[in-house]
Amino acid sequence: MKKTWVSYPYILWMIIFTIVPLLLVLYYSFTKTEDGSVVFTLENFRRVLEPTYLKVLWRSVVLAFISTVVCFIVGYPVAMILAGKDMSDKSILVLLLVVPMWMNFLLRTYAWMTLLDRKGVINSILGAIGLPQVHLLYTDFAVILGMVYNFLPFMVLPIYSVLRKIDRSLIEAAEDLGSDSITVFRKVIFPLSLPGVVSGITMVFMPAVTTFIISKLLGGSQYMLIGNLIEDQFMRVYDWNFGSAISIIMMVLILLSMGIMTKYDKEGAGGGLF
Amino acid sequence: MKALKRIYLIIIFVFLYAPVLTLIVFSFNDSKSRGHWGGFTLKWYGQLFKDRQVMSSLYNTIIIALLSALVATVAGTAAAVGIHSMKKVLKSFVMNLTYLPVVNPDIVTGISLMILFVFIKLDLGFTTLLLAHITFNIPYVVLSVLPKLKQLNKHMYEAALDLGAKPLYAFFRVILPEIMPGVVTGFLLAFTLSLDDFIISFFTTGSGVSTLSITIYSMARLGVSPKINALSALMFIVVLVLLLIVNKRSATNGRNEAPLINI
Repeated sequence: MKKTWVSYPYILWMIIFTIVPLLLVLYYSFTKTEDGSVVFTLENFRRVLEPTYLKVLWRSVVLAFISTVVCFIVGYPVAMILAGKDMSDKSILVLLLVVPMWMNFLLRTYAWMTLLDRKGVINSILGAIGLPQVHLLYTDFAVILGMVYNFLPFMVLPIYSVLRKIDRSLIEAAEDLGSDSITVFRKVIFPLSLPGVVSGITMVFMPAVTTFIISKLLGGSQYMLIGNLIEDQFMRVYDWNFGSAISIIMMVLILLSMGIMTKYDKEGAGGGLF
Repeated sequence: MKALKRIYLIIIFVFLYAPVLTLIVFSFNDSKSRGHWGGFTLKWYGQLFKDRQVMSSLYNTIIIALLSALVATVAGTAAAVGIHSMKKVLKSFVMNLTYLPVVNPDIVTGISLMILFVFIKLDLGFTTLLLAHITFNIPYVVLSVLPKLKQLNKHMYEAALDLGAKPLYAFFRVILPEIMPGVVTGFLLAFTLSLDDFIISFFTTGSGVSTLSITIYSMARLGVSPKINALSALMFIVVLVLLLIVNKRSATNGRNEAPLINI
C-alpha cells in the first residue's frame, strides 16, 4: 500500500505542537526584552552559571544520583529473585510491582506526606512505643525516599526482563567449569544484565533529575531543584527567558545522556519499555 | 536462602504498598488527625462527592481523557498506516518526531506548549489542555499500532483490491480488523496516560479549569486532608480495574506490544 499521505496531518500536528514550541523555547532563551523591544542575548545562559543556580543544578544531580544508586542496590536483588528459577507466580508478582506505579503520581507522593508528617503515622507509632519523635518531612531524606518509592519499579522491570532472557546453559556451563555462585554472578550474570541496568539507571535518573513535585511536596515549598527553578520562572517570577534557558540546558543534557545510554542498549534488550 | 528471598520480597512489597494502604485505611477514619483512629466513617466520601471543585475537575479529567484518546487513536492509527508505507529516510525522521515527546522531560513539553499557546494568543483553559493531551497521546498510539502493521500480511490488502474493493473499504474490512488489538491498546494507553498526567496539564491550563491531578496538587500543598485519602482509595480501585483489563488484553494478544508503565 502506498498510503504515505494519511500520516501528513500527524506530521503537521507534531511539527506545530512539538517542534515549533521547542523552537520558541530556544528563541526565548536567547533573547530578552529591553525597553519594549526584543534583543538577542546570552545573558540567560550566563545567569545559569551563577553560584546560586549552579548549586541548585548540583543538588538536583546529586539527589537524583543518590536515588538512582539506592534504587539499583535495592532493585537488583528484587529483579534477580523475580527472575530466579524457583519463583512461581512470577507474572502476578511483576503485576504487583506495576500496580502502585499506575496510581496517580501525586497521590503516591502525598501518601508519604501522611506517613512522614510531624503528626503523621510514623511519629504516632514511635510515640506509642515511647520513642522520641523524628523530624522527617521537608528534609533531603524525604525527597530521596519519595524518589526511590516512585521510581524503584523503573529500575526493577528492565533488569528483570534482561535477567529472564539469560540463557541458563551459560550459567550451567560456568558451574560445570568450577565457578562458585559468586564467580558465576560476577563473570556471567551481571555482565549479561548490563543492558537492563543501563536502561534502569536511565529510567530512574531522568525523571528524578527533572521532578518538581516530589521536591515540592516532600521537601517543602522552599526546596529547590532544577524542576522547581523552571516552574518558578514560568509560574511565579514570570522570567520566561531565564526559565527557557534552564529548560534548554536540561533538555540537551537529558537527550544527550539518553543518546549515550541507548548506544549501550542497541537491541532494545532493556525490556523495550517505550 | 529461599526463605531469605521471600522475606526480602515481602519487605519490598510492604514498602510499595504500605503508603497506599495507609491512605485507604485512613480514608475511613472518623478523626481528622492521622495519628489516631477515631472510628469508622464514610463521611469523607460524602464530602468528596459534595466538593464542587473535585467534581468539576473529575468531569474535566474524564472528558479530556476520552476526547484526547479518541482523537489520538484515529490520528495515530492513520499516522501509523502512513508511516508503515514510508521510505527509509522519511520514516526515520517521522519516528524521531514520534519519540521526541516520549523522551523529552514532561516539564519541558509542558512549558514549551504553554509558550506556544501564549504566543499564538490562545487563552489557556480547556482547549489548550485538550490540544496538549492529544499531542502527548498520539505517539503512544502510533507506537502501539506500528508493530501490528509489521505483522500484517500485505498481500491480503492487495487481494482485497484485486477482488474489487475500494481502498477505503479494503482498509476497514481487511486491515483494521487485523490491527484492532494494537488500536485498542493504544486507546487504553492514551486514556490512562491522559487521566494520570499532571505536569503537562499544570502548565497548559488556566482560568480555573483544572483536572483531578491539579486539584490534588493544590489540596496537597495546603497539607493533608482526609478527602484526598477517599479520592486515593477510589482512584486506586479504578486504576486496578483498568490495569487488569489492559493486562488481560496483552496476555491474550500473546505479547506486550504496549508498555505497562509510563514515566
